[in-house]
Amino acid sequence: MAYLDHAATTPMLPEALDAYVAAARQIGNPSSLHAAGRGARRLVEESRERIAAVLGARPSEVIFTSGGTESDNLATKGIHWARRGADRRRNRVVASAVEHHAVMDAVEWLGSHERADLEWLPVDEAGRVSPESLSAAIEAYGDKISVISVQWANNEVGTLQPVHELAVLAAGAGIPFHTDAVQAVGQVPVDFAASGAAALTVSGHKLGGPVGVGALLLGRDVVATPLLHGGGQERDVRSGTLDTAGVVAFAVAVESAVKTQQEYAARVAGLRDDLVRRVRAAVPDAIFNGDPVDRLPGNAHFSFPGSEGDALLLLLDAQGIACSTGSACSAGVAQPSHVLLAMGADDGRARSSLRFTLGHTSTAEDVDELLAALPGAVERARRATAWKSPRQS
Amino acid sequence: MSGGVDSAVAAARARDAGHDVTGVHLALSRNPQTYRTGARGCCTLEDSRDARRAADVIGIPFYVWDMAEQFHEDVVDDFVAEYAAGRTPNPCLRCNEKIKFAAVLDRAVALGFDAVVTGHHARLGADGLLRRSVDLPKDQSYVLAVLTRAQLGRAVFPLGDSTKAQVREEAAARGLAVADKPDSHDICFIADGDTRGFLADRLGESPGDIVDGRTGAVLGRHGGAYAYTVGQRKGLDLRVPAPDGRPRYVLSITPTTNTVTVGPREDLAVDTVTAERPIWHGETTPVECEVQLRAHGEVARAVVTTDGDGLTARLRTPARGVAAGQAIVAYRPDPGGDIVLGSATITAGRMASPVAAHGA
Ligand SMILES: Cc1ncc(COP(=O)(O)O)c(C=O)c1O
Repeated sequence: MAYLDHAATTPMLPEALDAYVAAARQIGNPSSLHAAGRGARRLVEESRERIAAVLGARPSEVIFTSGGTESDNLATKGIHWARRGADRRRNRVVASAVEHHAVMDAVEWLGSHERADLEWLPVDEAGRVSPESLSAAIEAYGDKISVISVQWANNEVGTLQPVHELAVLAAGAGIPFHTDAVQAVGQVPVDFAASGAAALTVSGHKLGGPVGVGALLLGRDVVATPLLHGGGQERDVRSGTLDTAGVVAFAVAVESAVKTQQEYAARVAGLRDDLVRRVRAAVPDAIFNGDPVDRLPGNAHFSFPGSEGDALLLLLDAQGIACSTGSACSAGVAQPSHVLLAMGADDGRARSSLRFTLGHTSTAEDVDELLAALPGAVERARRATAWKSPRQS
Repeated sequence: MSGGVDSAVAAARARDAGHDVTGVHLALSRNPQTYRTGARGCCTLEDSRDARRAADVIGIPFYVWDMAEQFHEDVVDDFVAEYAAGRTPNPCLRCNEKIKFAAVLDRAVALGFDAVVTGHHARLGADGLLRRSVDLPKDQSYVLAVLTRAQLGRAVFPLGDSTKAQVREEAAARGLAVADKPDSHDICFIADGDTRGFLADRLGESPGDIVDGRTGAVLGRHGGAYAYTVGQRKGLDLRVPAPDGRPRYVLSITPTTNTVTVGPREDLAVDTVTAERPIWHGETTPVECEVQLRAHGEVARAVVTTDGDGLTARLRTPARGVAAGQAIVAYRPDPGGDIVLGSATITAGRMASPVAAHGA
């Protein structure tokens, strides 16, 4: 089997899994006052410090959550509510057109349900937001903007955003800037303080940690209204008993991923470049999507004109190759990707795309396996699009 | 795999027979919530989840295929257009003809599959003949008879030798949670079962006359002829009672004049049915056989003659409620399951020989 879907989720790092199991054996609610509780609290706080240290944050800026989705919702809704609550004129949310659904749908909801004005920053053909478009938005609406959210790296096409430049523009206008760095941490250098962002999303299962745990790095002076009310465990902005074992394993994974980032990126980018070169040789009309240079090391994203991504996925799956069409689904139906559409692709190109993402367990054999299966699959999938045209009886 | 019990058991049996089986659920609505809600039917999120769970239990890969556009064009739009033209369509038949054994089959074959397996209750043996299911009340050969030889050549119906009760029992024994899921009855794309309202939304108000078939007298008004079906008795809402006090029935619908013609029950009787676009499986005609004129309808003995683009059936006993747009399916009675000889779309029914009709 060749697992080429690390952007969906990564296998847990052995050290994270061991840390999880060890912590899960230990009793104690980190909020309890007795020895067992203090023991759990200590594990949580050590984890917080570890994460803060490797991501350029202060420990108090690390808010543990249930993962990327919650962190994105907390950042966008929470900061919008707080800022709008303080000044009713601040009712405009700015986000890029290529955000993950966890940001995009949260922002859409603020528009449809909370009557926020929305501004979607366009991207170029590579999927990149231009700092000029953000300057223009700030110029036009500066004092009306509650929050700005632009991802660090795109989860579909892998394009890196000019986060630092964007964050500096936002900071200059006094507007909190959130960045979803779920796909970036461990793949490229990420430093919260140096980035200039006010809030940053991290998720455990994209970097070798467990699913269901993540963090929002939230600047000390950034106010957010809670999504979840209750015991106020996390800086009063997030409630719920902390998942000690999950947090411990998450911290181990973050630390390991960040510390090994450079050698990891070099190795995986090498595999990825080999994959891209060979796919292009095997399927000469394949379109390589995303920024060719400023992209995640493990991401290769193609459109195979004349075929359907979901047919390709089925054919590759049958040969033990796991990849993704990179698009969201409700009843499991592939919709054309909003990311590719925002990049100017037409419906056909968007529907014909496939994402291959490498990670820490990837090997050269995985790439060989893919290349053994891909040309035949593409040929077949192209024949299968004939069903779309009227049937000749 | 619709998410129902039949397709789940069909998939399991195909797998047990040694085939390399992949489960496919068809997404037929762009917005799954807009079609049926609830546990029955074929197009909801819940149904796709049920289908996925069944595939897990059986141990086969599972995918959802987006057929919304094709379904809309070939089944839903066709359904509305047929009513607008004064005919009574059968959307399940159309779905088999255009979607399951056309769009789905073509795509599957192109992707390297050999056949489409469905949970229809019908038999298709090694002899290539399509026959009724052993479970006559559940038999679905009527909505499959439209399939051509080529389509049948790539169809597999593993349930034809079982009754529905046996299928449910087997599903329970296999640990399939859909074992006691209720059957779907209505049209899957009409969420609330209100066909009239569905058509009214799409075709709008279109008032016209309801006239007496014998006298031509105007008996009332209707809001849209599409709301009426030949043979219908209820809901006519006529202000003028029949002179003899007996109930009146819809005899025909004439779109050109937007009239609905009504009359007494005996005027519904037809002994000659003409039909178009026959799918005929080779038996030379005229042939003495049985015909079925609507889904779950009774059968009548008849002599069927095909002539290229058309088909004519002379019924031994008159039938009532023969609606244009429905299928006429010809069967040869057989102890191993009545054999489908062919099918065509009804264009008209008439009374050619009133005397003979009474004699038979
Ligand atoms: C960019 C991005 N943001 C957010 C998420 C959601 O994270 P989680 O799965 O932890 O909720 C994902 C994962 O799919 C992602 O790729």
